[in-house]
Amino acid sequence: MKHIVVVSAGLSNPSSTRLLADMLGEATARAVEARGTEAEVEVVELRGLAHQLADNLLTGFPGNELAAAIEKVRRADAVIAVTPVFSASYSGLFKTFFDVLEQGVLDGKPVIVAATAGTARHSLVLEHALRPLFAYLHAVVVPTAVFAATDDFGAAGDGQLQKRVDRAAAELAALLTAGTTVAAAPARRLVEDEFEHPTSFEELLKRASEGPPAY
Amino acid sequence: MGMQFGIFTVGDVTTDPTTGRTPTEHERIKATVEIAKKAEEIGLDVFATGEHHNPPFIASAPTTTLAYIGAQTENIMLSTSTTLITTTDPVLIAENYAKLQHLVDGRVDLMMGRGNTGPVYPWFGKDIRQGINLAIENYALLHRLWTEDVVDWQGRFRTPLQGFTSTPRPLDGVAPFVWHGSIRSPEIAEQAAYYGDGFFHNHIFWPASHTEQMVRLYRQRFAHYGHGTEDQAIVGLGGQFFMRKNSQDAIDEFRPYFDNAPVYGHGPSLEDFMAATPLTVGSPQQVIERTLSFRDYVGDYQRQLFLVDHAGLPLKTVLEQLDLYGEILPTLREEFAKLRKPGVPDAPTHASLVAAAGGAKDATVYAAGDDATGTTDRDSVVHEADPEVQQVLDGTL
Repeated sequence: MKHIVVVSAGLSNPSSTRLLADMLGEATARAVEARGTEAEVEVVELRGLAHQLADNLLTGFPGNELAAAIEKVRRADAVIAVTPVFSASYSGLFKTFFDVLEQGVLDGKPVIVAATAGTARHSLVLEHALRPLFAYLHAVVVPTAVFAATDDFGAAGDGQLQKRVDRAAAELAALLTAGTTVAAAPARRLVEDEFEHPTSFEELLKRASEGPPAY
Repeated sequence: MGMQFGIFTVGDVTTDPTTGRTPTEHERIKATVEIAKKAEEIGLDVFATGEHHNPPFIASAPTTTLAYIGAQTENIMLSTSTTLITTTDPVLIAENYAKLQHLVDGRVDLMMGRGNTGPVYPWFGKDIRQGINLAIENYALLHRLWTEDVVDWQGRFRTPLQGFTSTPRPLDGVAPFVWHGSIRSPEIAEQAAYYGDGFFHNHIFWPASHTEQMVRLYRQRFAHYGHGTEDQAIVGLGGQFFMRKNSQDAIDEFRPYFDNAPVYGHGPSLEDFMAATPLTVGSPQQVIERTLSFRDYVGDYQRQLFLVDHAGLPLKTVLEQLDLYGEILPTLREEFAKLRKPGVPDAPTHASLVAAAGGAKDATVYAAGDDATGTTDRDSVVHEADPEVQQVLDGTL
């Protein structure tokens, strides 16, 4: 069973961002199942977490619903991240969610990045803003990033959007079912890992003294 | 003494949001002394002060403050919340707190912390990325300076020591008790457990789940290192309350301080924060009930400190809060004592540590003369090169 979490930062209801998020979630589930593996898709809508996200910036800890959303992402086998384009980049709400994640949560995790906007002139936001963000977070972003403009959903849509969605989904499914970790380096140690397997004091003392004098 | 109750302060100088008035440093420093004396008057066991080296705090030079308070009090234990083990030279900590221990006849212990101010590290020539390593190595040295008369030391973070004796030696040959404080660094719980020292969770501003997780790990590792059972580990908690006889009055009065407070102000609502963290704003009975509930997730513990003087609350209000604390104190003591499992150790004191060490012994280290000549270097050094130094030595300048 592969667990896929879709993070959607759309603000209106219904939003085209959520629409694209659902297309990607469904296509990915189909693609994973086509490879003989069960898939489960869960959606995290950031709109309802907006207050808790702002609070987390100030207090340093998540409220209950936000903590549950973070936990979903932490345990996910893959993440689909979808944002509207605001002022030539991802939205502040979208970025805040990834800002409050502990470093290392996305290490080696397969990710699809996707965005929506009124016009296709914004499409390179995916390559110039989202891809570097997820590179920094040590996620493994699939080659196909999916952009949807208003036209893609309307009468002028030519079916190309579904093709891009399916291609990205197929790439994610391939990573998910490769049977091996996609990251060369082991994931960074999270606080939870340290609680579960504490580093012995002897080792802590040894580590403290390693390295050249710092005085 | 079963469990200790007290207060801890961070020494913030904050504008009172209801009047717009900000106390001067002088007012806040004097108020801190008033608060500590009041704490003794209402029968509290512990007063602890934080350590900060920047505005808006008046919490630098903690041993000066504590010694001054110690001279004006009889019984209250003086402690820290916290002592910056990362950026303070362990040699100075060893000297300052051993001196304080002598002056106040053992009424002192301290809590090690890494601080929450990033910029403090470079002010003292340190690197924040080495925070945990500094805490580990510096305390290893401090521990030796208090337990060994003569120390040879080589480490990464301070210049080596050769045949060094930290003076004064601890009172009665017993070092002040040490707590280690950390919100969410398992390494610090491990460190406290390794030494069999106490572990303190600040238990304010953060969800109780952090506290529970840290205390559980500390207890497990305390037992792992053979200091006793998990129930015998020494645990302290912080806490934060604001009380009025009528709970709605407490909420109405505290809300502007909450909404504008440093650290968490302008964020979650008072109600959300009360639900998410151990903050209790309400009637004395509500504070009693909430406080008793702490042991549901940390077990029986030894020390409970409350933060009562931050966020711009005026001195008068703080003293009123302490009067109310004094009123619920007998109930808190009684109820905690009733719930306490048998075999749980009391909070450590100088007397209990001396008893555990087999009695008091004077630990003075007397300086030895030169083995060959019986003289000191002052007799043998010739200061011809500097006539002024020679004149000083001769007593003519």
